[in-house]
Amino acid sequence: MGADRHAADGSIVDLRFHADPFAVREALCTAMSRLGTDIGSDDADMLQLVLAEALNNIVEHAYAGRPAGDVRMIVRRDRGSVACLIEDEGREMPGLRLPAGLMPDADVPHCELAEGGWGWALIRDLTTSLTYERAGNLNRLAFRMPLAPGRAGET
Amino acid sequence: MNLSAESVGAARVIRVNEDRIDAAIAIQFKDRMRELAQDGPARIILDLAQVNFVDSSGLGAIVAVLKFLAPASRLELAGLTPTVGKVFHMTRMDTVFAIHPHAPGGEEQFGG
Repeated sequence: MGADRHAADGSIVDLRFHADPFAVREALCTAMSRLGTDIGSDDADMLQLVLAEALNNIVEHAYAGRPAGDVRMIVRRDRGSVACLIEDEGREMPGLRLPAGLMPDADVPHCELAEGGWGWALIRDLTTSLTYERAGNLNRLAFRMPLAPGRAGET
Repeated sequence: MNLSAESVGAARVIRVNEDRIDAAIAIQFKDRMRELAQDGPARIILDLAQVNFVDSSGLGAIVAVLKFLAPASRLELAGLTPTVGKVFHMTRMDTVFAIHPHAPGGEEQFGG
């Protein structure tokens, strides 16, 4: 696990780690324990899911076929939402834009069911203000996840 | 990847003794399920009561198991925690699997 800074600007989680599945898991667990009861447990579960999908995509696609680099993940609690920023130095998104993220079809024979492809659909369903930019050799993904009204801080 | 299997009536119940099925162990999960469920009875029940987190890699692994067990065996799910249930609902995979509130047998009795 890499550096973890408590910035003065209100960041609650700022982690830098290697883009591999076990480091991703460790970062998610660190982030969730750091957030603690700062957000409700339902919101925390969905936040973990969104972060996992975004990070898994980086491991599986941005760094596919090249040595895995680092990922930086910043999660900041704002009024009524959580703001997230994820940066990596992997390959850019194809066409420099985010995938459409259509939910794979569930109404098909079992043998034709997709075994993946839900990631961007889940991210799009659960977030607002989703943006992607390529800055130099950096991919920068930003989004917000609205918190359930009146639930913040509940256990 | 800690999975355990037991026969309950005509079914085989496979319990996931992990708190997550994520990208880090999705492949291991599929391999272990293949070992534990192959040549099994017609009903295989996957007990997810201890699993608090499934990402799309974990979900994909569960769907893959459903597919490779068919048509000889049918994979059913039991004991979904609220978060895991939500992931199945959002992806509509809850319409694909038979889902039971809890697995038959075992030591964890409902309300116990």
